[in-house]
Amino acid sequence: MIRRPGALVYALLAAFVLGSAFPLYWSFIIGSVTRERATQNPPPLVPGGHFLENASRVFDRIDFWSALANSVIISGFSALSVVMFATLAGYSFAKLRFRGSNALMVFVVMTMAIPPQLALIPLLKEFSNLGLTGTQFAVALPWLVTAFGVFFMRQYLVDAIPDELIDAARVDGCSMIRTFWTVAVPAARPAMAILGLFTFMQVWTDFMWPLLVLQGSDVQTLQTALDQLKIAPGQTLSDMALLQAGTMLATVPLLLLFIATGRHLVAGIMQGAVKG
Amino acid sequence: MAQDHDLPGRGRGNNAVLDRGGPPRRPKKPGPATTAGGHPTRRYRLSRWDLKASPYLYILPFFAVFAVIGLYPMLYIGYLSFFSWPRFGAEHGSSVGWENYVHVLQDPVFRKALVNTVGIFLLSSVPQVLVATVVAALLDTHLRGKSWWRMSVLLPFVVAPAATALIFGSLFADKSGFVNDVLGGIGLPDVSWHGHRLASWTAIATMVNWRWTGYNALILLAAMRAVPGDLYEAAAIDGASRVRQFLHVTVPSIRTTLMFVIITSTIGGLQIFTEPRLFDTNLQHQGGADYQYQTLAMYVFNTANSAVDPYPRAAAAAWLLFVLIIIFALVNFLLIRALQRRSA
Repeated sequence: MIRRPGALVYALLAAFVLGSAFPLYWSFIIGSVTRERATQNPPPLVPGGHFLENASRVFDRIDFWSALANSVIISGFSALSVVMFATLAGYSFAKLRFRGSNALMVFVVMTMAIPPQLALIPLLKEFSNLGLTGTQFAVALPWLVTAFGVFFMRQYLVDAIPDELIDAARVDGCSMIRTFWTVAVPAARPAMAILGLFTFMQVWTDFMWPLLVLQGSDVQTLQTALDQLKIAPGQTLSDMALLQAGTMLATVPLLLLFIATGRHLVAGIMQGAVKG
Repeated sequence: MAQDHDLPGRGRGNNAVLDRGGPPRRPKKPGPATTAGGHPTRRYRLSRWDLKASPYLYILPFFAVFAVIGLYPMLYIGYLSFFSWPRFGAEHGSSVGWENYVHVLQDPVFRKALVNTVGIFLLSSVPQVLVATVVAALLDTHLRGKSWWRMSVLLPFVVAPAATALIFGSLFADKSGFVNDVLGGIGLPDVSWHGHRLASWTAIATMVNWRWTGYNALILLAAMRAVPGDLYEAAAIDGASRVRQFLHVTVPSIRTTLMFVIITSTIGGLQIFTEPRLFDTNLQHQGGADYQYQTLAMYVFNTANSAVDPYPRAAAAAWLLFVLIIIFALVNFLLIRALQRRSA
């Protein structure tokens, strides 16, 4: 018989969820009142009617739509690339046998501990030599394939593909890549979707790398545009209404994605955890 | 233990479809693979090459990208950290030995950033793991609408760190911020969240905790759900209360995952950059007027833009940060293992 938890469990969880949601609510309140009201005491606790006004001030200061387009392009491209290469590599590690496979897999996992700061200077120098700084491609390059992605796909594919299927495809004369395409990819599809979603969010929220390679360029992502909004000329840092309206505008696209796909994201995080 | 962290050994033999050397286990076709004279056919040789090279080809993209964006930069800045490099020079100057490291280690700002980083890290990781474990335990009950609850705790994860920093910069504003207003409401004095060192660490740690606690709770929840139910039944028969069951059955059973969560939050926590940078209310991005919340990652970034020998000094600082992360991760690992031994 299932024993349902008591009211205390629900109350504690509800408190945690409310605490989690409150900062977003606060941001919306401040983003929807006038600039003057945002800094008055006591602070407003209900939304005002000035969000569109504040939003149009955001559009005046930063090129919001082009930043949005860049974020979509860069995150989408990276997600596709990570899914493709991580599935290939994960399949190889999970299902094919080759010399050094174990050691190489351990190496992949270990690379996750390397701080990205180590790579900043040389990459920046190389990219500026190649004239790549200030391009979408420069932002996406470190995200072509990730160690996490390879690890995630390997863990999934170990159990997801019966060896007999691969054997059968080989016996039928399929080449290795055809076997991958006809046997591994269909089995990997759910994990590919989750990895794509996860990577999309990771790249979307990345800040330090785009900030560095896009310094002084017209190309910006949503995150670096927020940074610019903060330091825009004539901007006083006390203009909280403007900043929060911008923050909300930059957060809504991912929020919509989360509402549409959150269940899969939860499943993916939990799946990666049990095996990882 | 349902978790299998033992990567290398996993599924060996059974999973290996294709042998390491030698011809494929079964002939591809009933017909002969060789011509009458005993020479392998072209098709057969191609297939052999396909079999041997493909596994490597499939993992090549990862290693190629890693070589370009990971390995080469690491080695290059290791090398660079021993040279001088005038700001507008095209190439690095003469070798200076350990001078850049000495300079960085003696820099009061670096020392401050080191203390700040560790302080913010402790304030964010310890409460985060504790609360995440409790939230996971709450979720690991027969809740009504459990997928809704799971999604709800993950909500802050979709807010980018840059946006998080701006939101909390407003919540923790020194004047007319929400937090100070609440403090005033219960009769406490305003806190200078940006000016006071410990207060600024607390504000920044709150951002990290806000964004990651739910995420880690889901990871721990996954581990808890893998704990066999009969362990709880046995404990219940022995008369163990819910709390005792949690401490003596749940926590020991999920310790591998706990270790994973602690080590990943260590690696992430020590690299913190976006939150303190955007929390700043002045435009020099130095982490407060008195560097009270400048972190090591910010130090690396700022040094790379500084006047004298920017790249070599930033390189030295980046390597020191890397060493610090390795040390912390190792200490974590050894500490947890020692605790496990003692409890075992």
